[in-house]
Amino acid sequence: MKNTIKYPAIVKTLISSLALSLLSQTTLAFSIDEHTPEEIGLQISREVDQRDMGWIDSTADMLMLLRNEHGQESVRKIKIKSLEQDSDGDKSLTVFNKPRDVKGTAFLSFSHADRADDQWLYLPALKRVKRISSKNKSGPFMGSEFSFEDFSSFEVDKYTYKYLGDENGDGLEAYKVEQFPVDENSGYTRRIVWVDKQEFLIQKVDFYDRKNSLLKTLSYLNYQQHLGQYWRAASMQMVNHQTGKSTELKWDNYIFQTGLKDSDFNRNSLKRAR
Amino acid sequence: MLRESTFQESMLNKILTLKIAAVSLLLSATASSAEFEVTGNIGLEERYFFNQSQYPEQLDNSQTSVSVEPEFYWSWNDGNDSLTFKPFYRIDARDDDRSHGDIRELSYIHVDDDWEFRAGIHKVFWGVTEFQHLADVINQTDGIENLDGEDKLGQQMLNLSLVKDWGIVDLYLLPGFRERTFPGSKSRLRGQLLVDEDNVTYESSAKDKHLDLAVRWSHSLGAFDIGSYWFHGTNRDPTLIPTQVGDSAILRQHYNQMDQFGLDLQATLGDWLWKFESIYRNTNVDNFWATQAGFEYTFTGAFDSAADIGLLLEYSWDERGEGGDSNNEESNSPGASYQNDVFMGSRIALNDAQSSEVLMGFGTDLDHSASTFLIEATRRFGDNLKASLDLRLLQSSDTIDQLYNLRNDDYMQLSLEWFF
Repeated sequence: MKNTIKYPAIVKTLISSLALSLLSQTTLAFSIDEHTPEEIGLQISREVDQRDMGWIDSTADMLMLLRNEHGQESVRKIKIKSLEQDSDGDKSLTVFNKPRDVKGTAFLSFSHADRADDQWLYLPALKRVKRISSKNKSGPFMGSEFSFEDFSSFEVDKYTYKYLGDENGDGLEAYKVEQFPVDENSGYTRRIVWVDKQEFLIQKVDFYDRKNSLLKTLSYLNYQQHLGQYWRAASMQMVNHQTGKSTELKWDNYIFQTGLKDSDFNRNSLKRAR
Repeated sequence: MLRESTFQESMLNKILTLKIAAVSLLLSATASSAEFEVTGNIGLEERYFFNQSQYPEQLDNSQTSVSVEPEFYWSWNDGNDSLTFKPFYRIDARDDDRSHGDIRELSYIHVDDDWEFRAGIHKVFWGVTEFQHLADVINQTDGIENLDGEDKLGQQMLNLSLVKDWGIVDLYLLPGFRERTFPGSKSRLRGQLLVDEDNVTYESSAKDKHLDLAVRWSHSLGAFDIGSYWFHGTNRDPTLIPTQVGDSAILRQHYNQMDQFGLDLQATLGDWLWKFESIYRNTNVDNFWATQAGFEYTFTGAFDSAADIGLLLEYSWDERGEGGDSNNEESNSPGASYQNDVFMGSRIALNDAQSSEVLMGFGTDLDHSASTFLIEATRRFGDNLKASLDLRLLQSSDTIDQLYNLRNDDYMQLSLEWFF
């Protein structure tokens, strides 16, 4: 099932220049006749990526609400700092505040488009920094319905694409694009992403597990614009169809361009992160 | 009159409003740059020893204790300056010596672009392996707190940390030394002879005021994390010298000076973590190499579940050998506990909302009879309570091994920690 189409460099350049020429328009005009669904899928995804470039750095507070099948809730309180990288995946520092027994535990990640991410974990009780394997992409993040992979920054090269068609609903016109992870350690065979035609924001994602059955649906709600340019969903709801459990992320205190530097993302900053 | 009072009132209101605005502005300004936070935990621990004690003064099967470890944190200057105070105290119902306290941390940190300065009492961990922390050298072991040596006493230090493109360089000045804590007469998990905590001797004439030095470089290069250091100062491991006092014998602590070179290296290759630690220690009685090395392999999402199962294997080698060896010219050398030992373990993380985890470990000496077995299971209940259940079995039939003295001290421990 896995789509393994790899574009030769020349085709990639062609498509990206095409995407650039279309940037001035509010929506992309596609012609199924002229381009393959793979090319269109890539083009849409590039546009999603391009439109969210240049935010430089951000900090935000995340409240994670885990609900099990009986409706019981538990809460995680997390702070995330991110730094955009020009030629590589983003750097991020994640600090736990709740539950209290893991307060001060911090997670440093250097995301890469072309190879495994570099990840370190800081354990405050032992004052120990541990380099951890990033191969465990599919594992749950803090017992939630989000996996580590779901938190990794979106890079165009992490997937191959296929445009499935348009879908209108909920007052939005959306492109429907299928994404196939390049990394064989991904927990998914594919994702189907709904991207709105107006702002190129991801509205919904369906995740298919390794057996290619529908595992989870993620809905992005209440998008808010920051610095007059960058859109962030204030709420993200992940529902696991196979277990009935769900996790909601509530984002707050988004601040962009706070002046974070590379030196805010190293072993030293990991040890004193709050 | 009416007008005047209205005017006055309105002026008063304006002034009040201004004042309130100014105060709230001031408050919000301080709130955004300064922070104060109190967190910590209170623990209840119950130990149960399966066998009667070996020595008459020791307590019998059960032991209850309560511990508290709050953390006070102040930060200002947008978090670039901070102060942390973390005292610790344990009250043991039956063992006076285990009722003890320590300042785990009382430190000031200043952060700048490419350097960081830390001053005060602090804890530093160096190393990568799991079963023995060979390279970890800065802090003294809190030996009464636990048998595994993972609990450490706070160390006074001045530490300048320089962040370079080629790694992080840490420079340490360590004024003053902490003596190790040892079990007392009532304590379980001790040898026959008690360690004298009063008549401690030092090689250095400065005794526990010796100014120790350390410099460490650490860096990440692709899949490799590497650290290397040199330490000069008081050896954290005392030589224990049997001494006759009246009609009873006692162990006297003597602390040598040492120079130690250390190296720790981890290669993170997919599901494999390869770990290596080595030290070279030079004192006026001996000099030796020691190494701890092994791997951790993780099956992620084992058996189609969310759980991770890690397998660990480590080997310890120490040039000093097992001690008491007639071929060993330095008859003074007590040998090493882990000189030819192998450790196996498994870490099972369910990755559930309660963070349930089980760690199992087995260690055995390949030269003589001495083995340990350990299970640690932890789980969170609700949002603030964490429970741990530990089982530790200690076995030896060989009198030269320290474990021989602990062969009756197998125990189970339940601890509940409430975090705030």
